[in-house]
Parts: sequence; C-alpha cells; structure tokens
Amino acid sequence: MRFWIAAGFALALAAAATVMLKNEYYFFAGYTVLMFVVLATAWNILGGYAGYVNFGTPAFFGLGAYSAAVLFKATAAPLALQLLLAATMSGLLGFAAGMLTLRLRGIFFAIATIALTVIMETLFINWRYAGGATGLQLLRPPPTVPFESYIKMLFVLMALLAVAAVAIARYIERSWIGRGLRAIRDSEEAAECSGVPTLRLKLFACTVSGALMGAAGATMPMYLSFIEPASTFNLNYAIGALASPMIGGTASYLGPVIGAILLSTIQQVVTVTISGEMNVMIVGVMLVVFVVAAPEGILGLFRKFVSSRKP
Amino acid sequence: MNPFLEIKQVSKSFGGFTALDSVSIAIASGERFGLIGPNGSGKTTLINCVSGSLRNDSGSIVFDGEDVSRLPAYQRTRRGIARSFQIPRPFASMSVLENLMVPLEYVAHRGLVVTKRTEAGAEEEAMQILRDIGLADKAATPSNRLSQVELRKLELARALAARPRLLISDEAMAGLSSNEISEVLEILFKLSATGITIVMIEHIMQAVMKFSQRVVCLDAGKIICEGAPDVIVANPDVQRAYLGA
Repeated sequence: MRFWIAAGFALALAAAATVMLKNEYYFFAGYTVLMFVVLATAWNILGGYAGYVNFGTPAFFGLGAYSAAVLFKATAAPLALQLLLAATMSGLLGFAAGMLTLRLRGIFFAIATIALTVIMETLFINWRYAGGATGLQLLRPPPTVPFESYIKMLFVLMALLAVAAVAIARYIERSWIGRGLRAIRDSEEAAECSGVPTLRLKLFACTVSGALMGAAGATMPMYLSFIEPASTFNLNYAIGALASPMIGGTASYLGPVIGAILLSTIQQVVTVTISGEMNVMIVGVMLVVFVVAAPEGILGLFRKFVSSRKP
Repeated sequence: MNPFLEIKQVSKSFGGFTALDSVSIAIASGERFGLIGPNGSGKTTLINCVSGSLRNDSGSIVFDGEDVSRLPAYQRTRRGIARSFQIPRPFASMSVLENLMVPLEYVAHRGLVVTKRTEAGAEEEAMQILRDIGLADKAATPSNRLSQVELRKLELARALAARPRLLISDEAMAGLSSNEISEVLEILFKLSATGITIVMIEHIMQAVMKFSQRVVCLDAGKIICEGAPDVIVANPDVQRAYLGA
C-alpha cells in the first residue's frame, strides 16, 4: 500500500511540474533521468535478481526506438501504439536472444550480449528505409490535449512507464519467481535440483527485461525528432543501466531507482556545468568507488548502518 | 517386483575419459543403499546422471517405472528425486528458512498465484523439516553464516523440502567430527524409517557400512563388487581399489 501511495505521489509531482515549471529544459533532463530509472530497473530483473550481467541494453533499447520510428514513418501511428510495438519487439528479441545465450554463464553470457548490440547496430545501419547510417528525421505531431508541449507529454509518459517498470520489478522480486531467480544467482545447479525450471525462469526474466528496455526506447525518436544508429545503440546505455543498480544496490527494486536518479542527475548537472565528456568519467569513478567501498550499493550501506545502530 | 530406481547400462564420458562404463544398478523401494569407491571412480558422475545435472551418453535411468534419462533436473526433482551436494551449495543470499522455501514453492506448494495461506503452509512445513533435522533455531540465520555441520544439515533439509521419495546423499559427512557423523547418520536413519529410499555416497566406511543394507563399489567407472556390507569389506578387489595393494 505504501508503495502505491509513493508511486501516486511521484506521478502527481510529475504532473504538477508540467503546470508549474516553464523552463522546458527541466523536462528534457527529467525525461533522461526517468528513462534511466526504467532501463536500470529492467536491467536489474535479469542482472540483479538472476545474476546474469547483460551488456545488451542498447540492443533492446535501440530496437524499441527503431520499431517506434519505423512504425511512425510507415503509418503515423499514435505514441501508445509505438510504445506497444517497441515493447513487443524488444520482448521478442529478449526471448530469442535468451534462447541462444542463456545456456552460457558468467562472462560468456556478457560477451554474447555485447555481440547482440553490435549485430543490431549493423542491421539498422544497413536498413535504408529506417534511414541507414545517416538517420531519419521525424516530424513531431502536435501534442495531445491536455499537454501544451510535446516534451512535457513525453516526460509524463516516461514517469508512468517508470512507475510501471518499478511495479513489475517489485512484483517479480516478491513472488516465487523472484525467489527462483535469486536461487539461480546463488547456485544454478542447486536451484535446478530444488525443482526450479532455471532456463524457463531466465527466459522469462530476459523477455520482461527486454520489453521494458524497448519501451524505454520507444519515445526516443520523438524526443529527439531524429534517430540514427550510432547514438541509439550507444554503449553508454549499457553502462548506465548496469551502473545504476550497482550503485543503488541490486537486491531490491529500490536500488536501481536510487542509483539511476543519483547517477543520471549528476550526469545531467555535469553535462550542463562542466562538459558532456566529463559525465562519462563520472560513471566510471562512481562505479569503481561503489564496487570497492560498498559492494551492496547504497541500500547495503543503509542496511549496515541500521543494523549497527540496533543494540 | 520392479525396482524403484533402475540404472541400466549407463555410460558417460568426458572427451576421451570414460567416467562411467555401462553401469547397471537396481534399487528397491525403501532400501538403504551405499555407493562407495575411491576418488575419481565415478560416484558423483553417476548420481549427477540420476539427478539430472548431467545427461548420460547411453543407457537409461528408470525411476518408478518411468524413463527419466532425458528429463531436465527440475522435472526429476518434481517426480521425487532429491539430492544433497558434496560441497554444500546453499542459496547464500537467503536465510536458512528461505533456502527451504525454494523447493517448497517449486515442488510441493507449486502454483501460479501464491496466497498468504499457501505461503504460510509452506513456511510451516519448512519449520517442521528444520525441527526434524535440528536446525530450527537457525531458521532466520543467513545461510552464509553457518558452520560446516550446519551446512551439511541444510543440504539435507533442502533436499527434504522437495518431498523426495528417493534421497541421494552425496558425502554428507565428509570432514565432520565423529559426533557430528553420528548425528547426521541418525537423521538419515530416521528418514529411512519414514519410507524414503536413500542412496548414500560416502568415504567414511564405518558410516556407510553401518547404514547400508547393500553396497556397490565403483572403480574407474565400473562396478567391481556388489553385496552386503560385510561381503564388500572382505572383497579383495575392493581392498585393492582402496589400498592400491
């Protein structure tokens, strides 16, 4: 119950901001922060709960973005349909890639997911209809009432998506599915011998994770009014999606949320005040600091603090 | 009478190394069965093939009248084959109780929707198992803080939570003190009394000889001797395999 009150409050805050704030930059930046909340939450379902480190975030994100862009170019379909198609396509990619790669463990799985990103990028570089290497210019339709500007609409949509993603992750974490995924992370063989259908569970996690990443990418073409392969399949998405749960803590659904808000906000501030190059270094530094000093993330630190205060 | 578990001419090789060479064993329902052999003789490979962690290259494994040799491990567990691991593999991020909740939720109390009531039922069953095995006071302890003997007990408890009809205990006593050995042995005797068929793999001769009604000795992937414990101990081949004489 407390979760839903907090979620409702967050959404109300996002809606209120669209009325109160005039400067559109806040919505540009806020959109990115929320997008990373979705990506980090999605990543954590497979990477955090099941322990399968996925570097393929750009592949899922990019396929989602391109699905939306191509659908829009072909039919001028509304945003909701673009989102739906993006999530479906990336979910299917998750399932198919999972079938091929989830038998691999540890570093081998991670390498396979990097390959997936490269394959997807190559595919879209060579697809003329989707703009090829030069990209595709897209003309935004007017925003839907009650929104006065398109960017505010995208911001609210992303806030909704973030709440949905966190709710899904929370459900998985607390159900028997989450327990099974944790068992897989701790010992895959023992999990299988305890009756856990490990491959099926991993496929499920990979599909849900992929679909959410695709949904996060769906509005990107409209956000930029443009799409091209190099930035869409950028490895920075993989690093952001992976670093945020590591910084926040992978054990709980709150970890990726805290990590993504912290990391992306710092990145946005640094991009504006110092430089766009600097923000990549921030991720690296923070990741190293947290892996060394707080391997269980901010949540782990918090728990240690609470239990040390108890007599 | 049909055997409860029938291993028929099972072979398994890793590359050019033959770990199991046409091994056949039949085990009756309710039997206490011992499996011995020197290191590298194929004991663990054999039970990996039975539990489904490995697939046998040829031959078949028939459990309760059904050929299970092509089934994935989790399906075999659901049919009633459970095992403990030689090197304990607890779910380290979970408490002792939660470790048992995994098999309980995936085998006996399986269902798409878990209500508060089914979860409470599973928790109660987990506590009962922990009481039986003597780990009840550790229920809330994180499993990565257990001692060696507690880890062995947890392995057995987790296997029991899958409600097995056949329990394979893979060196549950290795490295334990003699008091601890009799403690684990007592648990296994109690389980056997409830009707569970038990296969014990063990290096500790006193334990396996005391426990088993029948023993098979493996050496280099082949059965070299089969019979009652006293027959096995007296067998010259077994003595040679163990002592190298």
